[in-house]
Amino acid sequence: MILLAFILFPLAGAFLAWASAAVNATLPRWIALLVMLAGLVLAVGIWVQPEPASLAGADWRYVYHQPWMPRFGVSLSLAIDGLSLLMIVLTFFLGAMAVLVSWNEIRDRTGFYYFNLLFVLGGIAGVFLVMDLFLFYFFWEVMLIPMYFLIGIWGHGRRLYASLKFFLFTQAGGLLMLLSILGLYFVHGASTGNYTFSYAELLQTPMEQGIGRWLMLGFMAAFLVKLPAFPFHTWLPDAHTEAPTAGSVILAGLLLKTGAYGILRFVLPLFPEACHAFAQVFMLLGAIGILYGGQLAYAQTDFKRLVAYTSVSHMGFVLVGAFAFNELAYQGVVMQMITHGISTGALFMIAGVLYERLHTRELEKMGGLWAALPGLGAITMVFVMASLGLPGLGNFIAEFLILAGSWQASPWITVLAATGLVVATVYSLRIMQKVFFGISLREFRLKDMTVREAVMLLPLVIAIIWLGLFPQRVIDTASKAAPVVAFQYKDN
Amino acid sequence: MEWMYLVPALPFLGALILILFSGKIGKPGVIAVGCGSIGLAALVTIVAGWQFMQSGVPAFSQHLWEWLRVGDFSIGVNLRLDALSLSFAFVITFVGWLIHIYSTGYMSDDPDFARFFACMNLFVGSMLMLVLADNLLLMYLGWEGVGLCSYLLIGFWYKAPENGAAARKAFIVTRVGDTAMAIALFLLVQHTGSLQLSVVLERAQSLWAAGDPTVVWIAFLLLGGAVGKSAQLPLQTWLPDAMAGPTPVSALIHAATMVTAGVYLIARTNVIFSLAPAAQTAVAITGAVTLLLAGFSAWVQTDIKRVLAYSTISQIGYMFLALGVGAWSAAIFHFITHAFFKALLFLGAGAVIHALHHEQDMFKMGGLRKSLPGVFLVFLIGSLSLAAIPFISSGWYSKDQIIWLAGTAAGGRPVYAFAAVLGAFITAAYTTRMMLLVFFGKEQTHVHHKPGPEMMVPLYVLAVCSTLAGFLELPHTLGHFTWLSDFLQPVLPEVVTQHASVAAEWGLQTITAGLAALAIYITWRLLNAPFPKEAGAFLKSGWGFDAAYDVLFVQPFVRIARLNRKDIIDNVYTGLAAITRGLHRMMSATQSGIIRWYVLGVVMGAVLILSVIIWRHSM
Repeated sequence: MILLAFILFPLAGAFLAWASAAVNATLPRWIALLVMLAGLVLAVGIWVQPEPASLAGADWRYVYHQPWMPRFGVSLSLAIDGLSLLMIVLTFFLGAMAVLVSWNEIRDRTGFYYFNLLFVLGGIAGVFLVMDLFLFYFFWEVMLIPMYFLIGIWGHGRRLYASLKFFLFTQAGGLLMLLSILGLYFVHGASTGNYTFSYAELLQTPMEQGIGRWLMLGFMAAFLVKLPAFPFHTWLPDAHTEAPTAGSVILAGLLLKTGAYGILRFVLPLFPEACHAFAQVFMLLGAIGILYGGQLAYAQTDFKRLVAYTSVSHMGFVLVGAFAFNELAYQGVVMQMITHGISTGALFMIAGVLYERLHTRELEKMGGLWAALPGLGAITMVFVMASLGLPGLGNFIAEFLILAGSWQASPWITVLAATGLVVATVYSLRIMQKVFFGISLREFRLKDMTVREAVMLLPLVIAIIWLGLFPQRVIDTASKAAPVVAFQYKDN
Repeated sequence: MEWMYLVPALPFLGALILILFSGKIGKPGVIAVGCGSIGLAALVTIVAGWQFMQSGVPAFSQHLWEWLRVGDFSIGVNLRLDALSLSFAFVITFVGWLIHIYSTGYMSDDPDFARFFACMNLFVGSMLMLVLADNLLLMYLGWEGVGLCSYLLIGFWYKAPENGAAARKAFIVTRVGDTAMAIALFLLVQHTGSLQLSVVLERAQSLWAAGDPTVVWIAFLLLGGAVGKSAQLPLQTWLPDAMAGPTPVSALIHAATMVTAGVYLIARTNVIFSLAPAAQTAVAITGAVTLLLAGFSAWVQTDIKRVLAYSTISQIGYMFLALGVGAWSAAIFHFITHAFFKALLFLGAGAVIHALHHEQDMFKMGGLRKSLPGVFLVFLIGSLSLAAIPFISSGWYSKDQIIWLAGTAAGGRPVYAFAAVLGAFITAAYTTRMMLLVFFGKEQTHVHHKPGPEMMVPLYVLAVCSTLAGFLELPHTLGHFTWLSDFLQPVLPEVVTQHASVAAEWGLQTITAGLAALAIYITWRLLNAPFPKEAGAFLKSGWGFDAAYDVLFVQPFVRIARLNRKDIIDNVYTGLAAITRGLHRMMSATQSGIIRWYVLGVVMGAVLILSVIIWRHSM
């Protein structure tokens, strides 16, 4: 039941928030915040509980199973293991931050805004929890539509273009995944006589090599677009740039992670043979993404667009690590999903904080802000350093583990990916220089961080340092998950 | 020794307090925290070092917490105290402390006083982490941490864009080396399954025979990291620009401590380099070439800090040469004396710059012997060491040892000794030139204010150390006293010499001393002699490395960025959208509402289909 709460809280909260706007326009944000905090407390509560004794297979901490449409083999099946648990904690943590960043930014149609915000988060929670492929596709689509509205209604300048582009890219990938899900359903049914969408049973599907590869590519289409991987990334800079701050935070922090999660949860365990066959291709795509995204990040003059391209670069590491097939790289990927969510989310929040003061995202119109905003400058420095992978911060652990693992799978691709560390230094330091250092173009009379801004940024600072110095807690949790079992099985 | 964790922890704590509460504790509070944390760390180091020497154990390690563990691969936040790390930790805390005290005077008018001390404390903490780390990943943490602090402090005066550029250059160029080092770590993880120093070095010996390609790769990649941080060829270009930072920063980071991190790394992993003779030869050649190139560049600079910067590159070249020929302890000896006399020279230069209101051009100085006698005295002591004047300067004892061993150690060659002697000649020449231009001749800029005691006392202490540190080791010709090498023995293998005769050593020392004297004489006579202009500009720019890198790396990167700002890949998708739209227009154009066109279309279609059917049947 507790698992159902993670999905129902935000979805029910969404309707409540919408309805409450009729009473008072500030009520929805309080409801949204309370829902997110309640979910966060619940998720952390599960996390800090003593871990159950390790089971033979993937050890699910909680399972919820309810038949739904038995005729078609569809069931309301939820389960949580280490991987999903970490993602759920991240979802509610960043969700709470997303509510806080919207606090004053959104004044227009607040009820419908928080409805969409909570609905996206509910969809994301669903994606991380469901163990039925039919429902997985359902929640995959649930995430999409409210996000389309968030960008299209509350976004900046070219919001309609950006939201449409986002929708078309994701939808195209999603439809290919739907084909693959149906293909898998029929392949499994034909060979076993049991037509089911259940993840646990589909794992046992006897698979022909050719069909397996095509089905894998269908899944990958959806996940590569979402991740996003080169060359399917071009929706992301537009969507990120035009979205309201909370939209960018959720996009970068959570939506992209559903792509990575999909690869770890579905693609690797369902199609091990096909993954091995294509591993080099995907790793190379990842490495190209790291360098290409970094190069383009350097070229941008719009703060949010720059950060958007750094996401392309950082998510390239996920692709490199996921297809390295060893535990080092896998742990790095999980760590990268969390730390990238935090550090990039924070950079988007900072862009939002600056936008509220300067009413611009143009880097050329900033400069020399340190004197006026030393507090914000110091916090930005932390996340800029996180973005270039400074040891002591969580992102370093992630990138080190990924590269140390992928080295064992493919040294040359790893060398290519590692040069991304130099490129990351180049574009990351450019942010500090353009925004906070150098000559200020005009006399800024600005207020340094408000209490609300400090409340939303400081937890992220603490989290990223904690992950950098004491990552073991996360590693232990992530090691109790399905993909690890697959790697261990392979090693033997 | 149980308090060892305090050595890096105190400076980190100081930095944290300064970051969080700088506004509340006032300037005296900043001084108390900033200097106090480093002073206490120095005290703990001395006590722990004393206990360590009394105990007689080869190494003491302290486990703080488990950093990360994945499967069998595990890394702890562990510290390690042995002769090598103790030597470095002592120099870092002690010299660092003196520089902090000096900075309270030098930076006293700066509005960002607290930020300065926060960064300096953070730097000392990271550097201590680097040398005290028990495993290579934790060392990498310190390694990157000092890179960060270097960036923050070079760009300390952030309003000038050129300072920002110098800061970024330092970070990016050293990051190139760091990435090479990271790849070396991946190789070590793959082959030894660990990054803990003792385990790695032990397994390396059983895993690889000398010259095995894997270990050669690892050694070369580690060398890549070392040349980045230590500003050796080909990654030396960042250090002269790093002089954009405040002078105490140049003294602490870019002379005494951080830039010797590469020396530390190679000395620490000496087992790996011994297994890779090719890489070790590369270390020696890098050192020999760098010490000469940088020496020539120092000779033609006009900015006093750039002279010292190039001389730092050159002196570290000596240390690399020593490491390359297998004279491990000689490199550490030169590191210690260099830390004292180069910190002294930089702080002395800082006193001059401060007195002349931030004037750094030596040709606008002159005659300061009379107006700043105290500074003149200590600067002279430092210069004697740099120029390696026999017997009375510490620099002579350490450099002479390297010169001698460059020819006679196991990996030594006469050509290395020749390069080292030639380097000593140039060093004496540019040091003399600097002394003459700054302190002799006619006074050109008036002294604004004289340095106070908080600046002068550290200078006097360093002057004493610069003289006494030489007596840690005496050559064969002067009684062969080897306290430091004996102390380092458990960590660094003994120097193996090929053919050592005391007479030959006497001869070499005489030649070197004679050449130094000659250099001083020539410089004195030819101080204002004209110099070929193009050659001078070429040397002054550091042999054109910057221009070459600009053309090879920077320009292409920036040009591609500018060309592809709009992301060419997006054209595929917008193109797809355009094609769709075009097709839509074409199709909708056919829907014209004119019946005869529709009829014609139906007829043409029917004819076409029928033709195809008939044609296929007739085949």
